[in-house]
Formats: sequence, structure tokens, C-alpha cells
Amino acid sequence: MSLIKMNSVQKKNKERKFTVYNIKKDFKKNHTIYFLLIPLFVYYILFCYGPMYGAIIAFKRYSPALGILGSDWVGFRYFEQFLTSDYFWKIMRNTVVLALYSIIFCFPAPILLALMLNEVKIKWYKKGVQTLTYLPHFISMVIICGLIRNFVASDGLIGQITAIFGGTPENLLMQKENFRAIYIISDIWQSIGWNSIIFLAALAGVDQELYDAAVVDGAGRLKQVIHVTIPAIMPTIIVMLILRIGGILSVNGEKVILLYNELIYDTADVIGSFTYRKGLLEQNYSYSAAVGLLMSVVNFFFVTMANKVSKKAGGYNLW
Amino acid sequence: MIKKSKGERIFSVFNVVILGILALVCAYPMVYVLFASFSDPMKLMAHAGFLFKPLGFSVEAYKTVLTNPELYTGYANTLLYVAAGAVLNMIMTLLGGFCLSRKNLLWKNTIMFIFAFTMYFGGGLIPTYLIVESLGLVNTRWSMIIIGCVSTYNMIIMRTAIYGIPDSIEEAAQIDGAGHLTVLWKVVAPLCKPTIAVLALFYIFSKWNDWFNPMIYLRDRSMYPLQTFLRELLIINDTTNVADEAALRDTANLNMSKYVIQYCTIIVSTAPVLCIYPFLQKYFASGVMVGAVKG
Repeated sequence: MSLIKMNSVQKKNKERKFTVYNIKKDFKKNHTIYFLLIPLFVYYILFCYGPMYGAIIAFKRYSPALGILGSDWVGFRYFEQFLTSDYFWKIMRNTVVLALYSIIFCFPAPILLALMLNEVKIKWYKKGVQTLTYLPHFISMVIICGLIRNFVASDGLIGQITAIFGGTPENLLMQKENFRAIYIISDIWQSIGWNSIIFLAALAGVDQELYDAAVVDGAGRLKQVIHVTIPAIMPTIIVMLILRIGGILSVNGEKVILLYNELIYDTADVIGSFTYRKGLLEQNYSYSAAVGLLMSVVNFFFVTMANKVSKKAGGYNLW
Repeated sequence: MIKKSKGERIFSVFNVVILGILALVCAYPMVYVLFASFSDPMKLMAHAGFLFKPLGFSVEAYKTVLTNPELYTGYANTLLYVAAGAVLNMIMTLLGGFCLSRKNLLWKNTIMFIFAFTMYFGGGLIPTYLIVESLGLVNTRWSMIIIGCVSTYNMIIMRTAIYGIPDSIEEAAQIDGAGHLTVLWKVVAPLCKPTIAVLALFYIFSKWNDWFNPMIYLRDRSMYPLQTFLRELLIINDTTNVADEAALRDTANLNMSKYVIQYCTIIVSTAPVLCIYPFLQKYFASGVMVGAVKG
């Protein structure tokens, strides 16, 4: 068996050699495939690799009149400008703090929900709860953020309730100390149902015999959860956690852009919102491109590391 | 069957109750919007706290919203972008998935690397914008259809699904004289219908909800999709500084009517999604799983 496998591996490697003969033979046999791939190549080259080439404006003083190639080189000026400014620490701090809060609060919530749903034996009830908790996932970000802004305004729902309890209603999004809480709480609301799907599937795959054995050993429901269920879904949890940590710099800038205002830049501004504001609103193209490029490189490092680790941990990676 | 202990029964009840509360909390904001949208603005202004039914009944705001021509412009544009975008998305995804699932393709790993690398690294927002601009796509409907017309992640899911088709079926077709294209349309596509449906749904929803690309690339109001109009109404129009807010407190009535209009628009623009998703959710759920078991 292993001999056959080895043979086929060797054969495969032989076929994969890029000799002139092989290239010709392959093209003769598979040219339709390569033609079919042309639209994809065009797309990837224009819209994925084109911007990577365009990112050289981070090292240039870009002026729309001169274009990407014609603008003057300035070296690392914009990187220095960013790294030595107050913005750098503020934005890194905001991005990382939001990501960490999200790992601490938003990550465990769907696991808990999945565990609780798993204990419900009434089918229609379980389905009903699932449907309702998925709901926020299907509402567009614009509407979600519009609702949040309405609810936390001084005359919004939360303001009204504060007033009933004798507090002074204020617009919570005008105060920088509230932003993170608003972001995280709304994030849990948006994602708890949807993100529980993957854990529910992992739970459905747990061997029923393990539970039977646990019952024979005298384990109650809680003991079963602690000693059977949680260990069984641990690989899924760990892999999801690692991928989440890898994405630590990819905080959702879209949501921040929809929620923040200049009064709360101190806590709200993250990489995505900063590059958008500096680049497209203030038209500091090169500066924004430099910030974006720097973050892309760091992010790339984090994500590939996370992928490597999760491959080791669960034999499971992104592709 | 082992009898449940008293503690376990209490736990079960407790569990069910907590889940019920959680489900209601998740759905309540939209329910509030629904009730508020049918409420009389005056009564809504006088009311404080949660709503459990519409206060009074008024469809005036709905009349205002539904007579706004921009709602229809937005809907028409969104439908165009969703339909054309999703078709193009699926063609590209299917082509990519099919080609990369071919065995003994010499350049397969190279091509895979070229595509997959873009999942981890990108040029960034500004360079992307400049490239799109230099291609002359800014402020055209094409930009909404072409940008993001294939997701590498979905393409890999597609490829995995095609890998799942037994070789013998495709070989049989080839022996019968079918070329690659015939195999793709007559054999692979029908056999991968479930995956195609799921990916199409993902694309449709992401196009429907997209607001960032339209905001960046579109200038003419006549091309705006629904989400862009919604953003104007819900986000930009919002009071963003304290002075404004104080001024508006005097005209609270006006403010409340504005809220009701916002709520109506939310309902009008979300109703299709909210009516459809409960029926489609099992496909979405299976889509999440397709993504999880790939590779």
C-alpha cells in the first residue's frame, strides 16, 4: 500500500517538473483549461496585483497629475511621519484593544450559546431560537449602525430608559469612554447566533457512545458537558481562536466608520477608519497608502503565523 | 432510561428560559423599529422606554417614504448590482473552482498560489482606489459589478466540492467525447448544485448589504444602491455634534418625525431580506460548514 503511494508520489513529482517537454505536453492537453482561466487572471492581475503595484506610492509623493509611475520618490518619509506621530500609538492601541476585547467577550459567547442550544431537546424551540439569533447577521451594517446611533442618542431608547431611572440622558457615542462597550456589545448581538453554527456542527459530531459511557460512570448533565462535550469540541475552539488572534489587526473598519465621530477618535479610530479618512477624505494618498502597506505587511505576518499554528493544532487551515 | 434528577430538570427549564430571553433580545431591536414605524410621531415622542405595540397607528411616514423616488432608484440599482454581480461571481467562481480541481495540471500549484496569496495580502484601500480610477471605472455601474467579482475563499470551497465528484463520472463523460467545457456545464455544475446555491446566496447577501464600495466609487445619485441612500438617511443626516443636538431638542417633534421616517425606511429596505432568510438559513448554515471542512 505505502509502496504504491510512494510510487504515485514520485510519478506525480516527475509530472510536475517544469521541463520544456512537460510544458509543451501540458499545454497541448490542457490549453482549454488555461483559456478558461483567462478571465480570472485578468481579474486577479488588475484588481489584486494591480493595487500591490500601486502601493509603491507609499514611497512616492503621489500627485494625481503625475500618476503612479511619474510621481517623485521620497523613500520612507511617510512611514517615518506615521511611526513618529501620535496617531501610530493611538491607532495601534485602539485596534489591538478592540480586537482583544472582541476575543475576550465576542469569541466565547457563541460557544456558550451552542452549548446551551445543544441541551435543548425540544426541536422547534431550538430552531426558533436559532432563527431569531441569526437575524442580526442578515441586516446590513448601515442599518445596524443606524439603529445603534438612534438607540444611544440622548432622545433614543437607551436615553429614555436612563431618564426613567433618574439619570441624565446623553448621547453615548459622543463620549469616548463608551465607544468600545458599544462596539463590543453590538458585535456580540450581531454575531452570536451566526458564529454558533460552526460549534453546533462540532457538537453534532460528538460520538453518542461517549455520553452513554459517561452516564454509566455516573456523570450528570453538567459533568457530561465538562468531561465529554467541551473536550470534544476543543479542537474547533482552538482553531477558531488561533485564526481570530491572527486577524488581530483586521478590526472591522467599516463598522467604525459608520459609528464614530470626531469627538471620539481617541478611542474609536482604527487602522481601517484611519486609512480611509486620511486617504479618501483628506486625500493624503501616499501617507494613507504607507499606513495601509505597513499594516498589510504586519497583518500578513500575523495571519500566516496563525495559519501555520492552526495547521499544527488541528490539521486544518484556510486552504 | 435514567431518570432526570431534580437539579437537572431545574437546569433544563433555566436553560430554555435563558435562551428564550436571548432570542428575544436579539430580535427586539428590529421589532422596536417595526412598532415605532407604525406609531404616531406625537405619541412616540411622549413615550419613554420599550415599545410592545405601535403607539397609535399611522402610515403617514410610510406614505412619505414610499413616494420618495430615490427609494425606487435605490431598489432598482441594488437589484441590478445584485443580479448581474451574482451571475458574474458564480461564473468566475465556478470557472476557477473547476480549473483548479483538474488533475495533472502542470501549473496548478503555481496558479493556486497566485490566487490564494491575495487572501493574505493586499495593496490596501488607496492603491485599489487609484487602480480602479485609472481603469476608468469610478462612477460607473460596472465598478459595482466587477469589483469583488470573485472571492478566493469561495472559489476554494467550490474547488473542494468539485473534488468530491467521483472521477469515474467525469471520465465517462470524457470517453463519450465531452470536452472540458461540456464536462463543466453538463456534469460538474449540475452535480455541485447545492454548493453553487449556497455560494450564490453568500454573494447575493454581500452585494445587497455592500455600502462601502458604492460610497467610494459612485458619485451620481442615479447610480446609488439602496445602502448608500440608507447611509445618507441614517448616518450622515444624524446629528454629529453637541450644538446641533441642542438646537434639535427644541424641534423635538421634527426630530421624532425624522426618526419615524428612518424606521419606515429601515423596514421597507429590509423587509425582503427578513422575509426570505428564515427559509434560506439552513443553506447558509450548510455553507458555513462547507467552508469549515474544506481543504
